[in-house]
Amino acid sequence: MPFINLMTREISCKLVYYGPGLGGKTTNIEQISERSKPEARGKLVKLATEAERTLFFDFLPLELGEIRGFKTRFHLYTTPGQVYYHASRKLILKGVDGCVFVADSQPARVDANEQSLEEMREDLSEYGLDLDAMPFVVQYNKRDLPGVLSVEELRATLNPRGVPDFEAVANLGVGVFETLKTLARLVFVELKKQQNRLPSNEPDGGFGR
Amino acid sequence: MGAACDHHLGRLASHPGLMLNATTVLREDDVRRIQTSVDTLVRNANAKVVFLVDKAGQLIASSGELDQLDTTSLASLTAGNIAATGGIAKLLRENEFATQFHEGKNAHIHLQVIYNRVILVVIFDAKSSLGLVRLRVRKTTEELSQVFEQLSQRPLSTRDGSPFAEITDEDIDNLFND
Repeated sequence: MPFINLMTREISCKLVYYGPGLGGKTTNIEQISERSKPEARGKLVKLATEAERTLFFDFLPLELGEIRGFKTRFHLYTTPGQVYYHASRKLILKGVDGCVFVADSQPARVDANEQSLEEMREDLSEYGLDLDAMPFVVQYNKRDLPGVLSVEELRATLNPRGVPDFEAVANLGVGVFETLKTLARLVFVELKKQQNRLPSNEPDGGFGR
Repeated sequence: MGAACDHHLGRLASHPGLMLNATTVLREDDVRRIQTSVDTLVRNANAKVVFLVDKAGQLIASSGELDQLDTTSLASLTAGNIAATGGIAKLLRENEFATQFHEGKNAHIHLQVIYNRVILVVIFDAKSSLGLVRLRVRKTTEELSQVFEQLSQRPLSTRDGSPFAEITDEDIDNLFND
């Protein structure tokens, strides 16, 4: 749920990076943190195990600039990818405004990708959200590794709806900002649609009909 | 679900999923009322810092000794904490652990969920006590519950001053120009 403060003229949105374990979700937001202007980003918070696996979530606050005089703040979260952290993963999706699915392009991770995407869809539906009707982009990561599946093969199973999708090499920063910017754009487009469904500025509004 | 649905929230309050999906729009008078409550609590509870966060981790208001305090991270971690204990509560067939207290060597944190929607965080030290904080938090909880109840029942329209109905593709593109 976007959070709009009319007094301070700020809007805050929550974006979540979801996907199978070791797929590159944390790497995405590490790259965003490293490559963003210092004044635009806050502190990257990582709740990880001693082995650097995400335990609960990673968090990065980011300011993208102004839109119609409103400061835009994005809160980026990753989920823990390992299968047995499902309960924690679901909690991160509370109040989400847009999702990135970070897929691992290696053939050995086909099942992990599909299971994770299905789980994401189910988790969202428990919060009353429909993955097919919300801001959503797919990122095919690790494109630099030998023997990866073709984008067409990945797309057939992970993106049949044809949402915006991107090839990425997250550890080199390739595709990372394209993914983020496209999702942020979709969030604003969705917000505009929501606002346009509101009652108009007629004197007595027609609320509650 | 957008702000248009906020006026249904009173009826939907028992469905946290639906509530979470609604856009929250705070008007100037809301912000002033919330800030007054939070400022009063800092003074009356002898607290170091008080802040109010929504369950998705967005900071709504803060007061007290905020210098060198990373309130954005605190807000996110607090929401994560409440989400995690909420998950534990569900497993135990409890509705929620609405109140939490974390005791440190020098600093202590009291967390209170209000109207199933926001989290009131009080950070205090030896200048105050858990009893005093609990007492003052109770009063503030009543005040803020009223604010968020009214906010959730208020019919919203574009007249609230949000410009997002009129944004253009160009506005969005400009956001990414640098």
